[in-house]
Amino acid sequence: MNTTASQETSGLTEEAIVDVVRRAFPEGVTIGGVAPRRIFARADRAIIYKLCEFLKNQLRFEHVSCVTGVDRIDRFQVVYHLSSYENRCVLEITVDIPRDDPEIDSVSPLWGGANWHERETYDMFGIRFKNHPRLERIFLPEDTQFFPFRKDFKLGRQ
Amino acid sequence: MAEMWINMGPQHPMTHGLWNLRVKVDGETIVDAEPVVGYLHRGWEKLVENRMYPQIIPLSDRLCYGASMSWSHLYCLTIEELMDVEVPERAEYIRVIVLELQRIASHLMWLAAFGTDLGLLTGFVYAMRERELFLDLLQSVSGARMTYNYMRIGGVRNDLPPNFERDCLRTLDYFEKKLDEYEQIYDGSDIFLMRTQDIGYLKPADAINLGVTGPTLRGSGVKIDIRKHDPYSVYEELDWEICTHPDCDCYARYRVRMDEMRMSCQIIREAFKKMPDGPVRVKVPRHAPKRTAFARVEDPRGEGLMYVIGDGTDKPFRLKVRSPIFVTVSAVPIMLRGYKVADVPAIMGSVDMCLGETDR
Repeated sequence: MNTTASQETSGLTEEAIVDVVRRAFPEGVTIGGVAPRRIFARADRAIIYKLCEFLKNQLRFEHVSCVTGVDRIDRFQVVYHLSSYENRCVLEITVDIPRDDPEIDSVSPLWGGANWHERETYDMFGIRFKNHPRLERIFLPEDTQFFPFRKDFKLGRQ
Repeated sequence: MAEMWINMGPQHPMTHGLWNLRVKVDGETIVDAEPVVGYLHRGWEKLVENRMYPQIIPLSDRLCYGASMSWSHLYCLTIEELMDVEVPERAEYIRVIVLELQRIASHLMWLAAFGTDLGLLTGFVYAMRERELFLDLLQSVSGARMTYNYMRIGGVRNDLPPNFERDCLRTLDYFEKKLDEYEQIYDGSDIFLMRTQDIGYLKPADAINLGVTGPTLRGSGVKIDIRKHDPYSVYEELDWEICTHPDCDCYARYRVRMDEMRMSCQIIREAFKKMPDGPVRVKVPRHAPKRTAFARVEDPRGEGLMYVIGDGTDKPFRLKVRSPIFVTVSAVPIMLRGYKVADVPAIMGSVDMCLGETDR
């Protein structure tokens, strides 16, 4: 890849990706904004696995940069950063999940790289990932009784 | 023969830090492996929710003691994205120069450790000796040997010291000759070649799917480098190439890092030529807006990403760190399966573990 690679690659532009996603998922996905090499989206938790499968197989998002949880106090969020080497673009998907039922489909069957990220999110936030190959604590001991990154877990100075 | 699990670690010369590799062996052959991390978990991401934005810079230095400049840079880049701050051009060039010096220092530390892993003690001493030159350069810029606290949100702390360009170019000239010497030591050693070639095979498709990044990914022949792929700072204006190697084994990862050190020298030279005069820092707001932002960089070990949520106060609501080695180490069972127990130091050494960023 040299400096002219942006003209040479056959990759799709950000707008083209947004178009394809909108057509395939008329409901459940909201595109929040587009910037150079960045797409921001929100999705419903019911379709996240289907959406990711589509993104991986049809739009060549072959790499999971990050999967993480956020405690918004009234709800949880899971944030995915998927990147496409072919299209040179990162897609950020934010999914809201209710606090009393923190469960979402795992994307580890699609990308092995999401495996440990999801385990870490479970470890820190207690968000359960359905169909994860091995949803166990990763940093903390197995018998820990709390989820430390939740906002109701206070540190001394808070 | 009966299969059994063996713990390699948390105290083992191979680990280079505090973690545990459980390997399932059948005789001498590795059937399965399971890395166990978390011994160094400090709760960094929760800790910083109690700190104001500028207070987090020295903390982000501590994410990785081998490449701290690159982590504080990633942090500042993320917050600049969040606060919409434009960094002066001279500061961007200074950043590129110190980041590439840091990359060389980090790769040299890896080379030294890889040498001890494989019985090349001469290589260890040589690489550590030259690393000290780069630490001296970084010290003359920032005042510290390893945890620099030099990056600032909106630029860098201070301009380069007098005669820095002269000293730096002199060091690079000297270092490039020394790189040839290292290659003679490492490539000239039959033991080194036997222990690294065709060991730790990682298919390109597996590497991509498992989220492996950095020199390990490029050692599998995949031409991806975020400095080119998703350019930040002024990397787009500099002329350089991505270093790859098609062999997919430990030797390929060694080759990629050696080539990257040469490429870093080239980048630094060009950056000095193009560097303009001007300010090195701008004033930034104290409070972040209510929005989210993320940035990613090519750390010496792979893709680093930070995701931050601002809530209108002077402290982050949430700051997530994506560490390259955390993901790469989850992929090592694939590299280890089918090889002998004696190959574990070579394979794990070629990954360049850093526990500070893995456990955070």
